[in-house]
Amino acid sequence: MTQSLNYLQETPSQTAGPYVHIGLAPGAAGFHLFDQELGQTIAPEGTPGERIHIEGLVTDGTGAPVKDVLLEVWQADANGIYPHPEDPRFAQAAPGFNGWGRVITNFDTGLWAFDTIKPGPVPGRQGTTQAPHISLWLVSRGINIGLNTRLYFPEDTALHAQDPILNAVEQRHRVSTLIATATAPGHYRFDIRLQGEGETVFMDI
Amino acid sequence: MTLKPAEFYMRDRSQHPPAHHPGYKTSVPRSPRLPLLTLHQSLSEITGPTFGHNDIADLDNDLTVNFTHGAMPVGERIILHGRVLDENARPVPNTLVEIWQANASGRYRHKKDTYLGALDPNFGGCGRTLTDDTGYYYFRTIKPGPYPWMNYVNSWRPAHIHVSVFGTSFSQRLITQLYFEGDPLIPKCPIVQTLPDPTAVTRLTAALDLNTAVPMDCLAYKFDIVLRGRRSTLFENKLEGN
Ligand SMILES: [Fe+3]
Repeated sequence: MTQSLNYLQETPSQTAGPYVHIGLAPGAAGFHLFDQELGQTIAPEGTPGERIHIEGLVTDGTGAPVKDVLLEVWQADANGIYPHPEDPRFAQAAPGFNGWGRVITNFDTGLWAFDTIKPGPVPGRQGTTQAPHISLWLVSRGINIGLNTRLYFPEDTALHAQDPILNAVEQRHRVSTLIATATAPGHYRFDIRLQGEGETVFMDI
Repeated sequence: MTLKPAEFYMRDRSQHPPAHHPGYKTSVPRSPRLPLLTLHQSLSEITGPTFGHNDIADLDNDLTVNFTHGAMPVGERIILHGRVLDENARPVPNTLVEIWQANASGRYRHKKDTYLGALDPNFGGCGRTLTDDTGYYYFRTIKPGPYPWMNYVNSWRPAHIHVSVFGTSFSQRLITQLYFEGDPLIPKCPIVQTLPDPTAVTRLTAALDLNTAVPMDCLAYKFDIVLRGRRSTLFENKLEGN
């Protein structure tokens, strides 16, 4: 026998289920309860940076849209600064910038969309630079533990070549699952495939 | 520049349900089949949204009154309380805890729920609160009822409350469900059965807590939540220039 390490164990995950909106976005569930629902505005009007619109679809292993998924978004500001005290440049973060948002789907089509500003490059470990990216977290019925992935932007090819996360993808053709498509100036499309052909790269963060 | 904050402990995936669990049918088409990409945490993972008292209102944690239309909701009145800790047993203060649940009939206030259990005009079914300096949180609510769902033809969910917690970083984000001590439906539920380890079910089962029950008012259940802990050493294994 040995001494006990005395660590606690993380609480196990359970699926968010089909009614996640009741708790996290009650307006979408069909009723009004809170004075303000959280995560509605990632970057308020006037936040420095290029305003962008991103939309997409989450599809399952059969190719059908997942109409009840909920996404959370986390990103840095246009200078690559996170509005969080552990970012060393926190004091210079854009005033009023939240960086976090909740995104729900259209229950009929599964389409989701959000508006924000394009993040800047973010410092990586060991002096590396991470290309501009938006971190995403997906939950829904049938997803037993929230899925993490990242969205990168198609125009940043030079930075992609240096990005430590993109470079860690062993099957190089799968890198494209992490890069949005430009559909119009400031408009991007990002489809997420949970399983099967073109399965999105999900991350154990 | 050396980043001072350190990364969070690796998630012990053996304590979480696998993405693909055939007994929970919806997980079959919605589960990635390729391995997750292993990532060394960067600033993008060790930061996350922060919330304050301006974000929520006083009654947001009292589900017995936060949707009232002039009367109390029907059902067993309970306090749900506990602490949010990390794996080092340190309290996680000022973190957002959100819950949602069915009413005493097992019916959700959601436009997609068509179960014949009655809606309760005085019950919304969602609440939220911030933990205090010691990581403590509490809600007042109604004990939810079990409800049927189409997994197998006669599958029933045990009474449960859905719980969402943030912690201080995007990598600690967690959604789970709590069950109630003594519920005979717990071991029969295909969603509970996605948990790989019997101790995992124990850790999701809230204990009846008579010490916190309020005489002539409500029962109480205690549910502690543990988020990933973090190391106290620095990010870089080589300190450059200092
Ligand atoms: Fe439920």
